[in-house]
Amino acid sequence: MVTESATELSSPALVLDGVHAYYGHSHILHGVSLRLEEGRLLALLGRNGAGKTTTIMSIAGLLTPREGAIRMFGRSIQRLAPEFIARAGVRLVPQGRRIFPSLTVQENLAVAEQRREGKSPWSFERVYQLFPRLRERHRQGAGLLSGGEQQMLAIGRALMGNPKVLLMDEPSEGLAPLIVAEVGRAIDQIKREGLSIILVEQNFKLALDLADDVVVINTGRIAYAGTAAAVRAENELVTQHLGVF
Amino acid sequence: MQFWQIQTLNSFALGGLLFLLSSGFALIFGLMRIANLTHGALFMLGAYVAVSAMRAGFGLALAALIAALAVAAVGGLIERLVLRRLSGNAQGQVLATLGLSFIASDFCLIVWGGDTIPIQTPAMFQAPLRLFGLIFPTYRLVVVGIAIVVGVVLYLLMERTRLGAMIRAGVDDMQMARAVGIRASALFTIVFCLGALLAGLGGAVGGPIFSAYPGLDSDMLSLALIVVILGGIGSLVGTFVASFIIGFIYTFGTALLPDLAYVILFLPMVIVIAFRPTGLFGTIKT
Repeated sequence: MVTESATELSSPALVLDGVHAYYGHSHILHGVSLRLEEGRLLALLGRNGAGKTTTIMSIAGLLTPREGAIRMFGRSIQRLAPEFIARAGVRLVPQGRRIFPSLTVQENLAVAEQRREGKSPWSFERVYQLFPRLRERHRQGAGLLSGGEQQMLAIGRALMGNPKVLLMDEPSEGLAPLIVAEVGRAIDQIKREGLSIILVEQNFKLALDLADDVVVINTGRIAYAGTAAAVRAENELVTQHLGVF
Repeated sequence: MQFWQIQTLNSFALGGLLFLLSSGFALIFGLMRIANLTHGALFMLGAYVAVSAMRAGFGLALAALIAALAVAAVGGLIERLVLRRLSGNAQGQVLATLGLSFIASDFCLIVWGGDTIPIQTPAMFQAPLRLFGLIFPTYRLVVVGIAIVVGVVLYLLMERTRLGAMIRAGVDDMQMARAVGIRASALFTIVFCLGALLAGLGGAVGGPIFSAYPGLDSDMLSLALIVVILGGIGSLVGTFVASFIIGFIYTFGTALLPDLAYVILFLPMVIVIAFRPTGLFGTIKT
């Protein structure tokens, strides 16, 4: 008999298997399958409207897939309510940041705090070490932060849940180049701690610099899956699937 | 002189009661995005439960406590047994609360009858208070005091505790609140019970002023709606300020221009909806 912990040890961090998702009547994801191995960063790339955010929303439970399976370390999560997916260990840095504007910086972190049995590396202190600017502003209303600071807060808030899998949806969107670099360094540091991450990005250079694996999605279907090294070596692949570089 | 002084105090007392009623209504509206149309009925139920408790020999203070807890339990049941099943269907939830308010008023009619039942002012507050050569009806001052204490406690709960931060997060962005692991259903139950508790407390504390009578529910519900629209949905400070504004407008309106009392009452609401749809202090559009 396989015990749960044995399953957990041998299973990938996240598996999507034939996921179909809809917004109302429009069919957005047509059988998306992908695999995130533990401790790796998977960049999910594609054009606007390809289904990247829908994939992220489906994993986080903010959109319930009609068909297919989603498993986190072997545990089926596709039928859970979003709060229970979050509590199981999938945390989200959403598109547009969506920090809670009427809460202070510290409160934004506090409402997301969750300690986990065994491994709970993240705390207020660690988040403030990662983003010292948040410490300086911890008593300020989060709605008053700059865009870059809000992005740091959104990342910090996700980390406060001590996630097993981190989903990041366009963390560089709308940020000044200097801040993009700072956010990129933070993601790299988080990754080095062994966290398993899915990163959606329009900034392909940033994504390829950080990623171990790359999945390209096009009109709701997987168009390419491979290692980041292979993509970096073959610029043509990127041109073909993403149309830009 | 005495007229203005008494009406001013009456306005404050009404404002205090409106705050007890509307703060819960505003919290529920802000978090669950539904107008809880049973809220007036919960206020009336509080008054009637206090009547029964006092008949059983309890004083008003204890009767008010019993009423608040009983109405909180009723609120919890409504949320768990009815609204929960309609989650995601705001229109269905509002209609369900309307239906429940009819059931509640018929229930009160059957149990407590159709006559107005006065509620005695506690003996210790019956004598008027003389201060600076002026005479004050003591109980009305007590009501204002209770409203202020409740306001401070609610403010501390909302602004200084983790639970309060979770509620505010839910008001800001419910979907995101769930995505950070906040249990929406537990939050809804807590807020609904809290709102019902305050309404029940208001009904009992307001007993010596309003008495308990059929129709108290709809009288109070329309006032609560006006307060929340004026103050802004989900804003505690806005509800507090608007409660006293409406307390003054309603009291002086009925005293000075009884024929136009409702015009005077609804006019500020119309103006607010037209020019500032989020209310005086709110961020959510009505």
